[in-house]
Amino acid sequence: MTDHPWQNDLEPLKGIVSARAMKGETMLLNMGPQHPSTHGVLRLLLELDGEEIVTCNPEIGYLHTGIEKSMESKTYVKAITMTDRMDYLNPPANNLVFVMAIEKLCGLEVPPRAQVIRVILLELMRIASHLVWLGTFGLDLGAMSMFLYTFREREHILHIYEMVSGQRMMGTYFRPGGLWRDVPDGFVPAVRDFLDYFPQKLRDYERLLARNPIWMERTKGIAPITGKQAMAWGLTGPSLRGSGVNFDVRKAMPYSGYEQYDFDIPLGPDPGDVYDRYWCRFQEMWQSLRIVEQALYKLPGGPVTADDRKYTPPPRSEIGVSMEALIHHFKYWTEGIRPPVGEVFTVIEAARGLMSCYLSSDGSPHVHRVHFRQPTFMHISALPHMAPGFMLADIIAILGGIDIVLGDVDR
Amino acid sequence: MQLKDPVASLRAELPGAVLDVIEALDETTVVTDRASLPHVLAFLRDTPGLQYNFLVDITGVDYLGYTPPAPERFAVCYHLLAMLSNRVLRVKVYVPEADPVMPSILAQWPAANWPEREIQDMLGLDFAGHPDKRRLLMPQDWDGHPLRKDYPLGYETVQFSFNWQEIDAKKPYAKE
Repeated sequence: MTDHPWQNDLEPLKGIVSARAMKGETMLLNMGPQHPSTHGVLRLLLELDGEEIVTCNPEIGYLHTGIEKSMESKTYVKAITMTDRMDYLNPPANNLVFVMAIEKLCGLEVPPRAQVIRVILLELMRIASHLVWLGTFGLDLGAMSMFLYTFREREHILHIYEMVSGQRMMGTYFRPGGLWRDVPDGFVPAVRDFLDYFPQKLRDYERLLARNPIWMERTKGIAPITGKQAMAWGLTGPSLRGSGVNFDVRKAMPYSGYEQYDFDIPLGPDPGDVYDRYWCRFQEMWQSLRIVEQALYKLPGGPVTADDRKYTPPPRSEIGVSMEALIHHFKYWTEGIRPPVGEVFTVIEAARGLMSCYLSSDGSPHVHRVHFRQPTFMHISALPHMAPGFMLADIIAILGGIDIVLGDVDR
Repeated sequence: MQLKDPVASLRAELPGAVLDVIEALDETTVVTDRASLPHVLAFLRDTPGLQYNFLVDITGVDYLGYTPPAPERFAVCYHLLAMLSNRVLRVKVYVPEADPVMPSILAQWPAANWPEREIQDMLGLDFAGHPDKRRLLMPQDWDGHPLRKDYPLGYETVQFSFNWQEIDAKKPYAKE
């Protein structure tokens, strides 16, 4: 065996790539961090034998912004704005998991109207997030037109979110104890319009893809995962349910009043491949529509924030007439809230899977330690188990099947 | 199947492993030590009636300067979920600053791979037995562990007339 000039460079990769790569028998290829199908800045160190993948090592951290560290220097209310930026395709769920942790710590009761509005926005954003996934997944596998259609529909949802929060994506609309403010008058008609308009489009997408022979060829039989494997690797959400494991946090540990809604959990076979994960995600959009419809029907009146002046700001109308309200207003926006000492753990079902928040408080107005368990972080960590044995082109389908967002992975 | 209480079962089957139990805000925290951690986690997973079969998350916490003072500077929290009974349990281990080494549970829990690497990268706790010790999020040649409490955020102190000398002394001017 001849000495290769780059042999010493491979020394740090010992044990990570196979021994054949060290001798130069297989090819090491960097896919990313600027590859369009990695949806952000993911680098995959692929070891290829011909076109077949021998090992696959994801390298993350290119989008690491230190959100957890930055949040430690901010007050609780300011820290909520950082959570939007994690999974930027589904910001309300990020808000919710953090806000729920604060509410649990402070013992805040969220009014029913706020809960229902939260559910409507969460499910609409779940659809929006799945639309981005469907469009880019289609784009990567050659179904170009899907991208244009799904982004057109997503714009309707972002319009609704802008209407309530003032921002298309990073709304920070959920606050401890409820919402930033009540929804405007045009909210209910806008959501109703979307409910009338969207099912026809969803049926169109189904006709475009579901039995398309090229689509089936690219996704069927790729990266099959058994339910046992999926649980061991920490897969959650549609990636887990695509392998036939019936676990959805909305059903298992209901939050925000999800137990009041009637919806089904789409399940794939065991073992499930990329097509089954696609199918589960797609069917989830129908279920989200069902939830939004029920929530809109039962949308109650009443306040949208809890009535606890230590943890929620007073309404504007009170500030002019009440000295206490003025003091609370001033303390809330300058010093921030002081949750009691303790640690909490909250779990929700985000668009991509189980998202959890560990929050530790030392009684000061600043976050002591916060940690988010992001679904796609675990999904990418399972990639070295899923990819070997498949072709280079299949890695794009596998990545699409687990629906990654790099802001979510790196934080 | 009869559901069992995790704390009572642990106390009965693994005496000495449960150092403390904290019940707060509908959450149960079992404090254990480093040596018995793999046994505690395996017991919680494999015992019928408990079956905490899903490792949700591993988190490291730095308690430097925390009031009330914690037993040791670092803690690692393991969050387990039982998918059959929908219960969550937190297993907590305190790690001293002088000997920041944890046992890796990767062999029993494949999902622990990246969370352990993340803690190693961000808090500087070593996971003995983990096969891949490269940094996960930070660059490979990075100095320090950002989530430690004594790691600076990078802001500069605001300069006033009374402290400008103090700030000026720390400024990185070019050396002569």
